Amino acid sequence: MAYIIFTPNLQRHLSCPPLEVRGDTVHAVLEDAFAANPGLRRYILDDQGHLRKHVLVAVGGEIIADRINLSDPVAEGADVYVFQALSGG
Amino acid sequence: MTDRLLVGTRKGLFILDRRSKRWEISATAFLGDPVSAVLADPRTGALHCALNLGHFGPKLRQSTDQGVSWQERETPTYPAQPVDSGDKPWKLVQIWCLEAGGDDEPGVLWAGTIPGGLFRSADGGTSWQLVHSLWGRPERRQWFGGGYDEPGIHSICVDPRDSRKIAVGVSCGGIWITLDGGNTWASRTTGMRAAYMPPEREFDPNIQDPHRIVQCRGATDVFWAQHHNGIFRSTDGCASWAEIKNVRPSSFGFALAVHPRDPNCAWFVPANKDECRVPVEGRLVVIRTRDGGQSFEVLDRGLPQTHAYDLVYRHGLDIDASGECLAMGSTTGALWISSNQGDSWECISTHLPPIYCVRFM
Repeated sequence: MAYIIFTPNLQRHLSCPPLEVRGDTVHAVLEDAFAANPGLRRYILDDQGHLRKHVLVAVGGEIIADRINLSDPVAEGADVYVFQALSGG
Repeated sequence: MTDRLLVGTRKGLFILDRRSKRWEISATAFLGDPVSAVLADPRTGALHCALNLGHFGPKLRQSTDQGVSWQERETPTYPAQPVDSGDKPWKLVQIWCLEAGGDDEPGVLWAGTIPGGLFRSADGGTSWQLVHSLWGRPERRQWFGGGYDEPGIHSICVDPRDSRKIAVGVSCGGIWITLDGGNTWASRTTGMRAAYMPPEREFDPNIQDPHRIVQCRGATDVFWAQHHNGIFRSTDGCASWAEIKNVRPSSFGFALAVHPRDPNCAWFVPANKDECRVPVEGRLVVIRTRDGGQSFEVLDRGLPQTHAYDLVYRHGLDIDASGECLAMGSTTGALWISSNQGDSWECISTHLPPIYCVRFM
């Protein structure tokens, strides 16, 4: 299991409390989060399923590298943070 | 005359009401969030508001209680892009305009977007489908951005007499019309010219930049266009366009309004020129023609005449159904309303966020 935490700024638009999620990649844990909270998907991913340009995801404190396929590994017990990137204003 | 106005800005939606002949802000929504398009559906009374969240992307909100509460609705979504498409990303960048279908097709809504997709909803905005017949046109690959990185549809004109007849304006991709509700499309820019292109492509229909097109609702063969290179008018349903020349103080601008019944009467908000997008000599004016563009009156009563640097974007000017009342909002966050066809203007505010769109209900 991993733990996924969303920026409080996203709470303005929809409820998204922290979740325990299954999976060993960013893609897998996000899909698990979307299964529990379907409205989240279009806030985090774009039309093609890529990470939105101005959304930042960090696993264990490291910003992920693969924003297209979301293949970065997620270790058991890791914290996954979904933040807004400052590039988005 | 209309008593309610929607104002979409860089930082929220403002709803204004006329009370005892004065216009006042009566409600705000989405404060802090960019509002890129608004629609009050005349058939249902529902309000539709497009947001363009800086981090989380374009979103749609709907209100069925006159803006007291808002609910999230599905956002238009581009289909999966084939790996070998060789195309620019099929990703929604912005919802640039929202329009209602005809009275005979309740529930139909249209959305024009950047990067150039037209979307249709058959259920009042609950779900959206990309209009593949236009997106799949090979000419669409030649469209390019005008003011944005990618091209976009900013104008959708549904013919009040026949809702299967629709004209859309694209920056930069010309004007496309359908006569069969969107099954087939044809480009219609004959007469338009593009001085920003090499001479060989000056009249190329696929790179024309009509900043805004508006149809006269009472004489639907007449369209007006504020183009990047001037003002154009069609009297034959977009089959041909005639350039309106010798317009003072300038024929450059973005916004226009057309009288709902008089096809000869239209308003424009001139800026200096494309490389200097501020009012000529710092004087903000509206120009009005009542004779189909043969002559224009300069309207400046109530508008700032010294050091005014307001620019009015393409959706920043609107006229109400009576044809008497105009609203105008600027990039500087100033809002004016005229109740006498532009003869004089009342300043409602000079300190709103930058205004993207104004729309009477």
